[in-house]
Amino acid sequence: MAAVQGGLVDAVEKKDIKTEPSEDSGGNNNANDGRLLSPPPGSSASAPGGNKPPAGAPEDQQTLLAVLQFLRKNNLAESVEILRREAGLPEDALDLKAGDSAGAEDASSLLSRVTVSSSAAAQAPTKAVEDQPDVNVVLSAYSQQGDPALYGVYYSGLKRFIESVLDCHRAELSQVFYPLFVHMYLELVYNNHENEAKVFFEKFSGDQECYYEDDLRVLSSLTKKEHMRGNETLLDFRTSKFVLRISRDSYQLLKRHLQERQNNQIWNIIQEHLYIDIFDGMPRSKSQIDAMSGSLAGEAKREANKAKVYYGLLKEPEIELPLDDEDEEAENEEGKPKKKKPKKDSMGSKSKKQDPNAPSQTRIPLPELKDSDKLDKIMYMKEATKRIRLGPDNLPSICFYSFLNAYQGLTAVDFTDDSSLIAGGFADSTVRVWSVTPKKLRKVKSAADLNLIDKESDDVLERIMDEKTASESKILYGHSGPVYGISFSPDRNYLLTCSEDGTIRLWSLQTFTCLVGYKGHNYPVWDTQFSPHGYYFISGGHDRVARLWATDHYQPLRMFSGHLADITSTRFHPNSNYVVTGSSDRTIRLWDVLTGNCVRIFTGHKGPIHALAFSPNGKFLASGATDGRVLLWDIGHGLMIGELKGHTDTIYSLKFSRDGEILASGSMDNTVRLWDATKAFDDLETDDFTAATGHIHLQDNSQELLLGTYMSKSTPVIHLHFTRRNLLLAAGAYNP
Amino acid sequence: MAEERRPKQCTVVLPTESMKAMAESIGVGQLQEESCVALSEEVSYRIKEIAQDALKFMHHGKRRKLTTNDIDNALKLKNVEPLYGFQSQEFIPFRFASGGGRELHFYEEKEVDLSDIINTPLPRVPLDVSLKAHWLSIEGVQPSIPENPPPAPKEQQKVESTEPLKVVKPGQEEDGTVQGKGQGATAADGKGKEKGLIRLKPRSTHELSVEQQLYYKEITEACVGSCEAKRAEALQSIATDPGLYQMLPRFSTFISEGVRVNVVQNNLALLIYLMRMVKALMDNPTLYLEKYLHELIPAVVTCIVSKQLCLRPDVDNHWALRDFAARLMAQSCKTFSTTTNNIQSRITKTFTKSWLDEKTQWTTRYGCIAGLAELGADVIKTLILPRLTVEGARIKAVMEGPVVSNIDKIGADHVQSLLLKHCASVIAKIRPQPDNVEQYRIDYGYLGPMLCSHVMKARTQAALQAQQVNRTTLTITQPRPTLTVSQSGLSGSAGPRTPSIIKVPSSLTLMSPRPGTPSQPSPPATKYIVMATSAGPASTQQFLCLDFHHQISEDQITVSNGSKEKCN
Repeated sequence: MAAVQGGLVDAVEKKDIKTEPSEDSGGNNNANDGRLLSPPPGSSASAPGGNKPPAGAPEDQQTLLAVLQFLRKNNLAESVEILRREAGLPEDALDLKAGDSAGAEDASSLLSRVTVSSSAAAQAPTKAVEDQPDVNVVLSAYSQQGDPALYGVYYSGLKRFIESVLDCHRAELSQVFYPLFVHMYLELVYNNHENEAKVFFEKFSGDQECYYEDDLRVLSSLTKKEHMRGNETLLDFRTSKFVLRISRDSYQLLKRHLQERQNNQIWNIIQEHLYIDIFDGMPRSKSQIDAMSGSLAGEAKREANKAKVYYGLLKEPEIELPLDDEDEEAENEEGKPKKKKPKKDSMGSKSKKQDPNAPSQTRIPLPELKDSDKLDKIMYMKEATKRIRLGPDNLPSICFYSFLNAYQGLTAVDFTDDSSLIAGGFADSTVRVWSVTPKKLRKVKSAADLNLIDKESDDVLERIMDEKTASESKILYGHSGPVYGISFSPDRNYLLTCSEDGTIRLWSLQTFTCLVGYKGHNYPVWDTQFSPHGYYFISGGHDRVARLWATDHYQPLRMFSGHLADITSTRFHPNSNYVVTGSSDRTIRLWDVLTGNCVRIFTGHKGPIHALAFSPNGKFLASGATDGRVLLWDIGHGLMIGELKGHTDTIYSLKFSRDGEILASGSMDNTVRLWDATKAFDDLETDDFTAATGHIHLQDNSQELLLGTYMSKSTPVIHLHFTRRNLLLAAGAYNP
Repeated sequence: MAEERRPKQCTVVLPTESMKAMAESIGVGQLQEESCVALSEEVSYRIKEIAQDALKFMHHGKRRKLTTNDIDNALKLKNVEPLYGFQSQEFIPFRFASGGGRELHFYEEKEVDLSDIINTPLPRVPLDVSLKAHWLSIEGVQPSIPENPPPAPKEQQKVESTEPLKVVKPGQEEDGTVQGKGQGATAADGKGKEKGLIRLKPRSTHELSVEQQLYYKEITEACVGSCEAKRAEALQSIATDPGLYQMLPRFSTFISEGVRVNVVQNNLALLIYLMRMVKALMDNPTLYLEKYLHELIPAVVTCIVSKQLCLRPDVDNHWALRDFAARLMAQSCKTFSTTTNNIQSRITKTFTKSWLDEKTQWTTRYGCIAGLAELGADVIKTLILPRLTVEGARIKAVMEGPVVSNIDKIGADHVQSLLLKHCASVIAKIRPQPDNVEQYRIDYGYLGPMLCSHVMKARTQAALQAQQVNRTTLTITQPRPTLTVSQSGLSGSAGPRTPSIIKVPSSLTLMSPRPGTPSQPSPPATKYIVMATSAGPASTQQFLCLDFHHQISEDQITVSNGSKEKCN
């Protein structure tokens, strides 16, 4: 397979997996003869499974068969029938296939743990079916092998070679170490060379970059072939090719060396499990490589970030004012131009004309503005005129909302855009809403009482509220697990929460009841957020799929799959045309809501990404991870443009000020830090982007960009919010 | 981070004995060794897997501690039934048992009688979650309020005062306050690293904000004012408020000046109030007083040894003040004495010198002895016990000789009881058992017989206590210095301190509408209040400045009794 030449891309990954075993298992049978005491049961089970389909059958048909098999297994007889008829397949083709799979299934259940096979099959059919057939096929790819004792020799041979090459190539070629190490280790484990694997691991694991430590920890516990079944990290490694970017010169050097030495073992691994993205030009330096590496599956391919992204903002709807009182109108007349001024300054190109980088207004259908929304926009503009201009000499004041007596149970916080309400999600499954203004929270009256009121009166909106229920906070019960994500709708009528129980719930803030429970994620949902225009929302969780929903559909509109591990955070782009997801595979992906495609992959974080924030002009993205670093990204060019070091623990919250001049970050290390975002972005714009090669040299100027550090008293900062006047609100639970 | 942990990780495997024990517990006997090995490896792997998943839940729960709930959730993720009811009061709920050549750790599950649970009264409902707002920063400057961490942690204050040239502030302060305020000079050396050749002592600015000035005024007025409730609140604030660091120089000057003036005026009440302020400052866990000892120690020592502390020495109980101040002195010796400042030895020398002086008055004599006695058993043993005979003779002369003056007699009486009190317990420890009155008389002279009875009393008490003391729980009770004023002339004597929790939105809690000048019920109290009305170097102080010089310099602590006598 000509992986190096870039023949295969992700889209045909499934096909890729299906086709491999037929080639591999042939080699497998030969290789097994002498070396193994007893042939590994897994491989023998998978070998017939892979061999049976008629040799030389077109790949399409094989894919179809696999799909049919999947449907059959899930008792979707009707779909099977339809698909079969459409594809024009004979009925026995499927039977043959199904028979095989049953055999394979038997063998695998013998091997796997009792609990997993029985309970997983019963309770989580989707998961089991997704994993089981793949695992056999995937793993069998490891069965070809050389002398186990020589693995260490090969590896150290390569190490010696790479250490001896010129400095400029050494850093680039060193990238090969980690994926090679992992694959060689897995091969050893797969072929039951447990002791050799252990020795190999102990000898070379220390050489790996420190940011791979978490993965190495998983790997180190994996010492038996049986463990490989159902291990997600391992599957990720195998199903996705590790992507390396290497300059042409360095690559030639490596290739020549391996061919001279006849080192087929390593060469095979490179061919099969690695994707080497070759570029022309100068090799990159160590720091450049370190900045971009660290993700589970290597760097992003260059093509992955080529697609055009419409990062501009949508045109603000022009708001007609006649529906207001006259004095309000007068205020707005003078309010409006003032409001435009700061905006213009901060966004530069933003003008009355359509931004060339903005998507067309109707690219994504957005909900019509209601009268109340227009009123809110007017309020927003009024507030914006009173907004404080922030800068390095004019830092925002920070008001800290501490949750007392939370007993380590606070898991999520959100503020409304107008900062009038705070909502908190707790580990005991409750959701609480507080009013932070003197206006108390009131429920709408019951239906019987509503019948009594005069619907023609002017203050009907006031009359429908039940004064008896007024209180400062309300508790919402409904979830059955810790609430990990929480988000207010922009119009403040709804609240969205997601939980460990796998559901997302929509609550009404008029009646304080649950309206909808969105089911789809079968596993914990880690984060959810409303679109800035309302109506849509995004969610992501342990099942590695991000889903886009509309509030009036109980099924998702889009599913974004591609992440190799849990999706830990999700955010909407300010123009609602894109969503961004951060994951424990240490990558950030930007998805197009319209097409469902992944349009950007950002690598560089060394830990799960727990915080994401778009700049108000939509051009930049900031991300924070468990490694305590904030990274800045240019969305249009698809490049990392800055690194902010300073935090010592997980960053849980990031927020740009309303005009985008200041970036605030809140962390588990009990601090709020303020960064000079203007400087971070401006310094860059003077540089010419070498977008063609896609590397950038980052200067280490975190200290200059850091404007302030504010320590709280043993209160981790888990949410930040800039009010419309640029006052920074922070929230966290006090843990004495 | 965990470079050294890595090799260990691949080797940690549960022992096979555990497998056997667990198998037996569910009724499977005779497990083969091979199966045990296979099982233990499998189990160890699964445990690791679950622990790794549980970590995810911890991260999303925004916690640093892994809880049993995380483990339960991780098990749920794997479609395994979680372990219900695994909770325990203890940190490690496992019990140990051995027998039959085997050692076991097991989780004790007691049978729970439901009726017991039903009948026990419900525990108190834990406090509900509540929301509280405070200012973390105001335009880039972090205010010093109890909700925020102290601007300069105690360790840093200590480093600053003991090793002034080593000060490298941890990033937080320099960036938060210095940069935020934009003070060019300090910002430059705060950065420190690049201009590292000559390290200057950081110049600290002593500007107090308006709020701090108001706070200072309120606190000092309350501390020396007439309202005991207010004073208690003010002292409480001094003892707990984390933001007093910057005001410390003012407080210390206030105390030292206050003592200087009021000792001349023999205003016992005010001296007591000032000593209570010292005590409160020392109690504040966020303050490190080392830098201000040169002002505080002379003030405290004055209160211990001054010849006269009150207008009517025969009636007023100035002895209590001396005791209290002596305890303060001992406490500061314990906390701040180092090999470089030698506070303890210098203090000891001062006390001994004036005690040995033949002409020293009984009041000063009392103070010296109290000061020495509070320093501990060793000091009593080496300095006081050898002088008991001499002192006894002196007391005898006053008690049995011709009546000199009532005051002397009272003084001698107090000295005697003080000596008896402190020496008895020490002697009880160092002297062998049979307490012979005659022997005591020979050893200690006049005080011998009384000492003997005191020692015997001390011994029986010690024996009693030893019986009461539980074997397992050893409680050490230390006499806490408390001071009550029982002076006939003053109505505002110290009542029981009511610890009130102050709910402070800012540092201005103690603000209350108050008259322009504090009204005092007793005439002596009104006259000589030291009031630094405004902050800054040129603080005007409203007190009658007498032509009286207290010879105290920063380095030397000398208590000049002589000069005071002249004044009086």
